[in-house]
Amino acid sequence: MTRIFVPRDMAAIAMGAKKLLAAIENEAAARGETIEIVRNGSRGMLWLEPLIEVETPAGRVGYGPAKASDVASLFDACFLSGGAHPLCVGKVEEHPFFARQRRVTFQRCGAIDPVSYEHYVAHGGYKGLDRAFAIGPAATIKEIADSGLRGRGGAGFPTGIKWKTVADCAGPKKYVVVNADEGDSGTFADRMIMEGDPFSLIEGMTICAFAVGADKGYVYLRSEYPIAAEIFDEALAAARAAGALGKNVRGSGLAFDIELRIGAGAYVCGEETSLLESLEGKRGIVRAKPPLPAHEGLFGKPTVVNNVLSMATAPMILADGGAAYAAYGMGRSRGTIPLQIAGNVKYPGLCEVPFGLKLGEIVNDIGGGTRSGRPVKAVQVGGPLGAYVPVSLFDTPFDYEAYTKVDSLIGHGGLVVFDDTTDMSWMARFGMEFCAIESCGKCTPCRIGSTRGVETIDKIRRGENVDANIALLEDLCETMKFGSLCALGGFAPYPVLSALRHFPEDFRKPALEAAAE
Amino acid sequence: MSGAVPWNEARAREIIDAHLSLEGPALPILHALHDEFGCVPEAATPILADALNVSRAEMHGVITFYHDFNREPHGRHTLKICRAESCQSMGAETMARDFLARLKLDWGQTTPDGALTVEPVYCLGLCSHSPSAMYDGEPIGRVDSATLDELAQEAKCA
Repeated sequence: MTRIFVPRDMAAIAMGAKKLLAAIENEAAARGETIEIVRNGSRGMLWLEPLIEVETPAGRVGYGPAKASDVASLFDACFLSGGAHPLCVGKVEEHPFFARQRRVTFQRCGAIDPVSYEHYVAHGGYKGLDRAFAIGPAATIKEIADSGLRGRGGAGFPTGIKWKTVADCAGPKKYVVVNADEGDSGTFADRMIMEGDPFSLIEGMTICAFAVGADKGYVYLRSEYPIAAEIFDEALAAARAAGALGKNVRGSGLAFDIELRIGAGAYVCGEETSLLESLEGKRGIVRAKPPLPAHEGLFGKPTVVNNVLSMATAPMILADGGAAYAAYGMGRSRGTIPLQIAGNVKYPGLCEVPFGLKLGEIVNDIGGGTRSGRPVKAVQVGGPLGAYVPVSLFDTPFDYEAYTKVDSLIGHGGLVVFDDTTDMSWMARFGMEFCAIESCGKCTPCRIGSTRGVETIDKIRRGENVDANIALLEDLCETMKFGSLCALGGFAPYPVLSALRHFPEDFRKPALEAAAE
Repeated sequence: MSGAVPWNEARAREIIDAHLSLEGPALPILHALHDEFGCVPEAATPILADALNVSRAEMHGVITFYHDFNREPHGRHTLKICRAESCQSMGAETMARDFLARLKLDWGQTTPDGALTVEPVYCLGLCSHSPSAMYDGEPIGRVDSATLDELAQEAKCA
C-alpha cells in the first residue's frame, strides 16, 4: 500500500485540495489501487499548493500545484511509485527552497500527520517535555532564557524573563495563554503550526505550565481560521487520549489541560491585554500597564501570554538545549525566524531562517521578485502596523534592532511585496482607515487620530493645501505614536510615515489625477 | 448561514446553560447562539445579561464590540472578501469595489433577494494566494472577478 500526503492546510484547501483529494480517492478506487492518505500540513512552498507527496523507498516525491483534473494523468504517469510528470518537483526534502533554511519551529510541519500523537512522538516530540521534567522548573526557565528566544508575536520581549516573572509569583492559580489571533496581513505562520504541527504548541504550553506552575492553558484563535480550529481540537483530543494532557501528564503528576477559544473578528484582540479581556468575556479593550499580565493577567491571576511560534519553539529548545538555539542569529536576535513571504511575489511561502538575512535576498532570491513581473516598489514588513520599506533599504538585515534603526519593525515576520503600480498615498490612507475600524476606542490618539488621519490623507490626495496637511499628518502621527495606549495606535503611524518619507511623489500628484481615481 | 433557525428563547436558554460552567463563557455562548440563529438578536441581550450577571448595557457593549456578531440575520450566503494589504497588492481593492458596484451593494449589505451578504475581512491568512475570499466558511485563493460573479450567481440559485 502506498502512502500519499494531501495537505489539509487552509491555503491548500483554498487552492482546491478537497476536490483533489476526492479525485484521487475515486481514481484509486477505479483503478483498484490501495492507498493510504495522510492529511499533512504545508511544507511552506505555498506556490506549489496543493502539493501531493508520495512515499517511495527513495524518499517523498512531490507533485504540485495539483488540480483534480491532473489526477488521471498522475496515475497514468505512475506517480504512486514516483514516476515522471510535468508537476513532479522531485524529492521534497531536497528541494532548493529548503537549502538555506534552518527548520526549528517548523521542523515537523508538513512532514507528519498533525493529529497523530504517535507521529509526533516518532519525530522527536515530547523529548523537550521529558527533559524539562528531568531538570525541573528553574532549569527549564534557564534554558529558555539562555536560548535568547524573544516573543515572536512582534514585541520581541525575552520569553525567559516573562516565564520567570510568572514563576516567581505566588500561586496557586496561574494561566498559560497563547495568542493565536494572527491578524497581521502577510502572516500565516501561527495558522500553519496549528494546522501542520499542533502538538508542538501543546508540548510547548505544557513545558511552560510546568515551568511556571500553571494548571490551565487557553489558546485564543481568530475566527478567520476555522480549519486551524478543527485540527487543533482534534490534536487536543488525541493528546488527552494519550495522557499528554489531563490530571497526570505523561505520568509525571503534572495536571494541565488546554482549552481552545475562538475570537470574534476584532484585530485589537491580538494585543495581549485586550485578548485577556476578551477571554474573560468582556469587550476587547486594552488595559493600561502596569500591572503586567505576568503579575495580574487572566482573571487577575499571574499569566504567561506568548505567541504561537514562541511557545511552539520551546520543545526544541528544551530537547537540544538553549545554546543550540542561540547559536543561530545575529546580535540580540537569536535563533530562527519563520519568514512569511506574501503579496505580489512569485514564490510565496514560509521560510524559516536564522536572523540576519538581507531584505533583498528574501524578496528576490527566495521570493523570486514580483508575481506581476514588474519592479518591486515597496515591501511592508511586520503587518499592517509595519513600515513600507523601499528598495533602497534592501540591504537591511532581518533583525529586531536593525529594523528599529530604519524606523521599522519586524513584527511577526510577515513581508508583503508591492509592485510599482501601487499608490502609496492610498496604502497610507488604508493604514489609517484600518486603525479607525479596529481601534478599541479606549485612548483618544488612536480612536480620534486614526479618523482624522484618514480625512487628512484624503485632503492631501485631493490636492488641498498639500504642504500644510502633510505637516499636520506628520504631527498627528507623532501624537499617535507617543500618546496611544497600545501598539495599534502607536504603530499605525509607521506605514503612513514610511510611505510619506520614501514615496513623497505619491502624495503630490496633480489634483486632477487624484480626483479621477 | 443557511442552516440558521428562527429565534427561540427556550433554545437560547438551553445553549446559554450548556456553557455556564466555563470560565469567562460570554464569547463561547455568543458563538453558539450565532451558529444556531445566524445572529445574536436584541431579544438575547437581557437573557444573556441575566445569565452572566452583568447589566444589559454591558452585555450590549460586548455583543456590539465584535465584528462577527450580527444583530439581524444576514443573507442566505455570506461572501467575505479580504481587503488587507497583501490582497491589495494583488488588486483586491479595485476587484472588490467593481464587484460591489455590479451588485449595487456597499460592504456589509445583502442583495435585495436575501441571497448574499458581502462583507470585508481583514486577512484570512491566505496571503500566499492573494486575493482571497471565504464563501460560507470555505476558503478560496487567487480570486478574480469571474470567480466572484460565479459565487454571486451560485448564491442566487441555492
